[in-house]
Amino acid sequence: MSLVFAGVCSHAPGITGRAARADKSVRDAFYAKLDELRLSLEAAKPDALIVVAAEHFANFFMNNMPAYCMGMADAYEGPIEDEAWLAIKRRLVPGNADLSRRIIETVLADVDVAYAEEWKFDHGIMVPLHFLTPRYDLPVIPVNVNCQGPPLTPLARAYEFGRALRRACDAQPERIALVGTGGISHWPATPDSGTINEAWDRDFLRRFLANDRAALVSYSDEETLRDAGQGGFEIRTFLTVAGATEGATGELLFYAPIPIFAVGCTVATMAVE
Amino acid sequence: MSLYSVQKLLYQLNRDPGVRKRFDAERAALLDEYELSGEERTAIESGDVGLLYVMGVNGQILMHYAALLGQPWDVYINAMREGVRKHGPVRAGLYSMLKDRRR
Repeated sequence: MSLVFAGVCSHAPGITGRAARADKSVRDAFYAKLDELRLSLEAAKPDALIVVAAEHFANFFMNNMPAYCMGMADAYEGPIEDEAWLAIKRRLVPGNADLSRRIIETVLADVDVAYAEEWKFDHGIMVPLHFLTPRYDLPVIPVNVNCQGPPLTPLARAYEFGRALRRACDAQPERIALVGTGGISHWPATPDSGTINEAWDRDFLRRFLANDRAALVSYSDEETLRDAGQGGFEIRTFLTVAGATEGATGELLFYAPIPIFAVGCTVATMAVE
Repeated sequence: MSLYSVQKLLYQLNRDPGVRKRFDAERAALLDEYELSGEERTAIESGDVGLLYVMGVNGQILMHYAALLGQPWDVYINAMREGVRKHGPVRAGLYSMLKDRRR
């Protein structure tokens, strides 16, 4: 049928793994909005969920690093992380290899996306699924945009990749949902973990929710590194969702810095025409 | 400097239960398969997260490795801070370009 849902959310491992250490009122307000995102997703009655994530060396390393890759399997395993550390049990997550193949074939007309018939999920996908598909009964198609190991794909290409994904989804008979997941400004996995540039985040979210392509692609990586940390490179996942919903605008359901989660926690939806 | 090899070992250790088994059962033989300097080998053998951070191991690889070692969050964060205090700023890789926000 087409793309029937689009949204974004944070995926930091502390969201589940360090839940007990967060301010309870802010944490629970965040969780409530993640649940609202789940209800919106379910109301769209999707047959499959594409998760555009910034994976963290669970599958790809500097020996062979794709700028873009999509999973093409009937099942995926995750999380790779210690289960107690992430507070998510390891399991098999259903996929849909046939649908993946059809989407990949269409995307390839515009973007040289790689594919993978093996894929282990890390927190970047498992944390969103924990909240959005808690019964793990919706087939997932993982997508990675390399945000960790430079050289990275230019922002304008991440937006273009979203456009290509949209064309591919709209060419399928299935109802497809899309969730992008990444941090905005953050310095995860460094001694500065917990630092969040709220002003930068809010300015980025303004550009994202307005789907202002020119403003979204205008950041240089040097500026992002300076103002938003190396974690800020993950805005590419948001840009892909913006590209997939070009012409539409978004609604912010939640934003608040939660330092023990090491990120400004974000939940938003984008309209799909 | 063989930062690439250090990161490759930790990447494989993080994601592959078979490599983890060898890391526990025959660590020396496993480490022999990677081109590591003496300092790198010692840092891995002793689980020195602070020194590995300063060497330039990507933080995402290092965070999963610290979790695999069973390090509590505060111990892991403090290990990186202590590593910088003891060995100086991050020497290589993406994280050497970050400004220390706490200064």
